Amino acid sequence: MAVVFDKTKGLTDKPFHYCPGCTHGIIHRLVAEVLEELDLVDNAIGVAPVGCAVFCYDYFNCDMHEAAHGRAPAVASGVKRVHPDKTVFTYQGDGDLASIGAAEIIHSAMRGEKFTTIFVNNAIYGMTGGQMAPTTLVGQKATTAPLGRDENHAGMPLRVSEMLATIPKAVFVERVSVHDVKHINQAKKAIKKAFQTQMEGKGFSIVEVLSTCPTNWGKTPVESLKWLQENMMPYFPLGNFRTPEEEK
Amino acid sequence: MTHEIIMAGFGGQGVMAMGKILAEAALKEGKNVSWLPSYGPEMRGGTANCNVIVSDEPVGAPVVSEATAALILNRPSLDKFEGDVIPGGVLIINSSLIDQKASRDDIKVYYVPANDIANELGNGRIANMVMLGAYLEASGAAKQDTIMEIITEIFSGKKASVIPVNKEALVRGAACIK
Amino acid sequence: MAKELWKGNEAIAEAAIKAGCRYFFGYPITPQNEIPEYMSLRLPQEGGVFLQAESEVAAINMVYGGAGSGARVMTSSSSPGISLKAEGISYIAGAELPCVIVNIVRGGPGLGGIQPAQSDYYQATKGGGHGDYRLIVIAPSSVQEAVDLTQEAFDMADQYRIPVMIMGDGMIGQMMEPVEFKPVAKRVLPEKTWATTGTGGKRKPNVINSLFIDPQECENHNIKLFKKYDEITANETRVENYNVEGAEIVFVAYGTTARIVKNAINTLAKEGIKAGMIRPITLWPFPTAAVEAAADQASVKAFLTVEMSMGQMIDDVKIAANGKKPVHFYGRTGGMIPTPAAIVEHAKKVLGGAK
Ligand SMILES: Cc1ncc(C[n+]2csc(CCOP(=O)(O)OP(=O)(O)O)c2C)c(N)n1
Ligand code: SF4
Ligand SMILES: [Mg+2]
Repeated sequence: MAVVFDKTKGLTDKPFHYCPGCTHGIIHRLVAEVLEELDLVDNAIGVAPVGCAVFCYDYFNCDMHEAAHGRAPAVASGVKRVHPDKTVFTYQGDGDLASIGAAEIIHSAMRGEKFTTIFVNNAIYGMTGGQMAPTTLVGQKATTAPLGRDENHAGMPLRVSEMLATIPKAVFVERVSVHDVKHINQAKKAIKKAFQTQMEGKGFSIVEVLSTCPTNWGKTPVESLKWLQENMMPYFPLGNFRTPEEEK
Repeated sequence: MTHEIIMAGFGGQGVMAMGKILAEAALKEGKNVSWLPSYGPEMRGGTANCNVIVSDEPVGAPVVSEATAALILNRPSLDKFEGDVIPGGVLIINSSLIDQKASRDDIKVYYVPANDIANELGNGRIANMVMLGAYLEASGAAKQDTIMEIITEIFSGKKASVIPVNKEALVRGAACIK
Repeated sequence: MAKELWKGNEAIAEAAIKAGCRYFFGYPITPQNEIPEYMSLRLPQEGGVFLQAESEVAAINMVYGGAGSGARVMTSSSSPGISLKAEGISYIAGAELPCVIVNIVRGGPGLGGIQPAQSDYYQATKGGGHGDYRLIVIAPSSVQEAVDLTQEAFDMADQYRIPVMIMGDGMIGQMMEPVEFKPVAKRVLPEKTWATTGTGGKRKPNVINSLFIDPQECENHNIKLFKKYDEITANETRVENYNVEGAEIVFVAYGTTARIVKNAINTLAKEGIKAGMIRPITLWPFPTAAVEAAADQASVKAFLTVEMSMGQMIDDVKIAANGKKPVHFYGRTGGMIPTPAAIVEHAKKVLGGAK
């Protein structure tokens, strides 16, 4: 019998704990498949965030660190400096990366740390129950923005990819989405490119993935995919912001 | 008299609300009360439980480790909490969702088809009130009328139409205790 | 006013507002999220400001700025977040600014867990940040007490120009209990003449600062701080003695653990064992005198400290008991909660061994 679907070796057998319809699971799978396809699983060292993806240290089938909230890029810098020959990555949410860990990601990018960051932007703090994130859209309700984000009080959502693309040693920066099959395939390509950039020793690479949080958005999984497309994508446009080729 | 109650089920079965309503009612009747919820990511689709204490004395520990009663709405909670009921205590099992029987014979066990009754009443979401009605009848921890006063406060205004069916749920639950 | 059911975290937030707190700076973390969430809704209604900071480091420094500007300011967090605030707390203590910091403690170390714990006792009472400084640390054991003491905490902070920490745990933060908001006893509070409000051309500039580059000046500053700490120790130490008179065994426990111990004491009483409890309400200043007195009491055979930690407050109990009576320990940690039955059993073991 032909095998039509095989579980990637990049993931362990542990069942995900994510809510129904949460796209964290899809993003995990993409990262794991890329690691397998590039034959990196046995050489990879990942760093887990504090956020809903905290338990990804149990899901990725490689060595993992669990970092303090926001500090994954610093931890990854330490790992990569000790193991320059290994493939190092962080997997971080928007609160983790763009709020408490904003300094760490910027300075890792500035130094051109040769690791890859998978940045899951779901415009909310998932783990802690729906508080406002730096990426929460204007008008979007959150438990700490009960009337919706007010730009005069909380400012405008942070466009992380655009910001990091201004840093010379952030050599691969792309924003993707996983709301349908076409975009999932594009997301995978970007993640692959990011890891290849790292392997080629070119500098810091990051893929920002727009993701859903049906639980804290108060929407069904299907409504969430639609909401992402209609509300997040206009403010967070998809596309590549930096590739190493540009440098030439 | 001190009632120490464990209420447990899936998130979304109204376990927390049922506990709060009991605590509010008992407070209204002049009792000392506490309500302690389980918390954390386990709430997502997982199990939810709360501890309620109703007492004539000041409430000591808010954690219930020796329960005078347990209201169990789903199967995993039965395994988890059956052992915490004191001998002579009350165990109320939602038999609509739990086909398992209690393993204890030193406690009073009642099987209440809470979801079936709620569905019969045309509102699947009030299985918790059926359970609460049964518990009030079995324990006397608060009066049904006081519970109704609290429910009336909660569902004032637009939602007032659901008040009567809550009352029916309490009555039908009580009828399960013989 | 009739008593109403309030969730601990929300009750603390409302108590702060009632005490005149109009500025809250915080960052989400379980199990205290209801405090910032409540503040985000309520403070704007009162003309106040709720601001979600980008981190706990930023939040505590917003508190520094707000407190230095003369306002009643609060922040709240849970253990890992308090670790991040430690630097700011040291600066606030050094600059002698009044503020209230809530720690709804969870299991540690590191990311630990999110269930109730008391393993931040050392951090709260012995430093946490660098330098010789103290916080007033208040450990309520009921939601009502949390409300009363939160209101008073703002007055204490202003009176002594000191940060006050309300230390609860996940249990007190999450549980609901009947609460009555009562006005607190009025204190005579000094004017905040030191605050940065703009000189308006009418006074010399005020500087909020903890830098004393000259070592003699720095020592003088420390000596001044410790005079204040002595005054606080004399005036503000709070403790509840429960059935200590005639007790054979005296428990020492604080916060929610003290409530569990009370259940154990009642069970022991039914079995004819006289047990009492010293419940520190202020962890700093620690009620040393109460423990000393119990140690001198002839009926007392031993102390049994009960904590949701591996044993931290026990150090202060031992110092106070000063070797006069043995000090034993029973604890659960990492989010596990001791049961009255286990405490009873341990007490019996202690008494068996103490005879
Ligand atoms: C120092 C510190 N502060 C706060 C927290 C609480 N905390 C845990 S996860 C989280 C935010 C998670 O949001 P995000 O990074 O967007 O991830 P998501 O859950 O949405 O995937 C916070 C604030 C913590 N663990 N440590
Ligand atoms: S809370 Fe949101 S981000 Fe977290 S697992 Fe659930 S849906 Fe996903
Ligand atoms: Mg997020």
